[in-house]
Amino acid sequence: MTKETKHNPSILENNGLPEFERDYFCDARPEQSRPLAKYIEKFLNWARANSLWLLGFGTGCGAVELRPLMTARYDMYRYGIAPRPTPRQSSVFIIGGYASVKTTKRIIRSYEQMQQPKFVIALGSCPINGGMYWDSYNTINRIDHYIPVDVYIAGCMPRPESIIAGFDLLKKLIKEGQAEGANKYIENLDWYKANQKKIIKDWNMPDYNW
Amino acid sequence: MKEIIQRLKQQFTISNVNQQRVDLTFLSVKKEQAVSLISYLRDFEKFSHLVFLTAVDRVEDIQFQLTYMLHNYNTHQDLGIRVLIDREKAEMASIHHLWKQAGTYQRELKEMFGIDFPGSPRVDESFILEGWDNIPPMRRDFDTKKYSEETYFPRPGRESHDPESYMKSKLYPEGDA
Repeated sequence: MTKETKHNPSILENNGLPEFERDYFCDARPEQSRPLAKYIEKFLNWARANSLWLLGFGTGCGAVELRPLMTARYDMYRYGIAPRPTPRQSSVFIIGGYASVKTTKRIIRSYEQMQQPKFVIALGSCPINGGMYWDSYNTINRIDHYIPVDVYIAGCMPRPESIIAGFDLLKKLIKEGQAEGANKYIENLDWYKANQKKIIKDWNMPDYNW
Repeated sequence: MKEIIQRLKQQFTISNVNQQRVDLTFLSVKKEQAVSLISYLRDFEKFSHLVFLTAVDRVEDIQFQLTYMLHNYNTHQDLGIRVLIDREKAEMASIHHLWKQAGTYQRELKEMFGIDFPGSPRVDESFILEGWDNIPPMRRDFDTKKYSEETYFPRPGRESHDPESYMKSKLYPEGDA
């Protein structure tokens, strides 16, 4: 990166990357997605709400509650929810329980790799206010300071019924066009990045574009 | 176990022999003799399994206490070897040549307590705490609550009570019982 572009606000600095790697990643700022015409957007939101694809990344103990949700007893497929193995195919990211700093780095990476529209559910007490790990040296207290959260499901751990209720709320928000976490992230990108870099001391990844 | 202790006493200066259970014994040994004692136990007394290697921060005595827990599969005996090392210059001889997995324990101790094991494989690389720049977090003079409050944006509204007085006021609201 040359000197002229160093403090250009329309360009991501990517200064965690070594010089030779910066060419591999795009440094353009992400743009907010604008809604389409009224009824088209309404139809799209209805479609989005009824095919939620879940990122299979269990960050903490909450992942254990997703197993009964997937299997026959609670069977989330009947709500149009299906797990996907990669962030690039998913639209819902469940932060399942406590997130250590090391995991938070991976959460941010995975979240940024997801395609829009994308939604985040904070599951359990730990990502909401720290839970029982509130005074730990290595677990974050509030995930909403690092990535935007659409739905919070409190509990330690929440039962699969609560998770289904959380999905219902998420669907309602999507249909009303209120689940705008991804746009909020892009709008406040500098604030989120400052918070993320405060805790992730060995920042060796691009700033947004993967 | 008594015979093993007798045999050890002939070769090493061991102290504080404490048999806690039929199958669990602890003993202390000087830092200089620790590695040769552990090698002897592994090679001649069939303590072939390293169960764990851990540390206790004795900040009042300015010491770390290392515990090497060994297991004998023939007699199903556990033997804990305690070694006191200086806290200011925390350094200990590595045992990764005896058990390869000891290198992982030593890497963890380096990161969590700041105890150095020169020569141990990858001991200077970060293990769990990537890019940690404070004093090692398991040292007792590290204030984890203060660090968390300064670093991780605590959500306002959390209350905490002293368990004793809180339960007293809940159970006996009229006063002392």
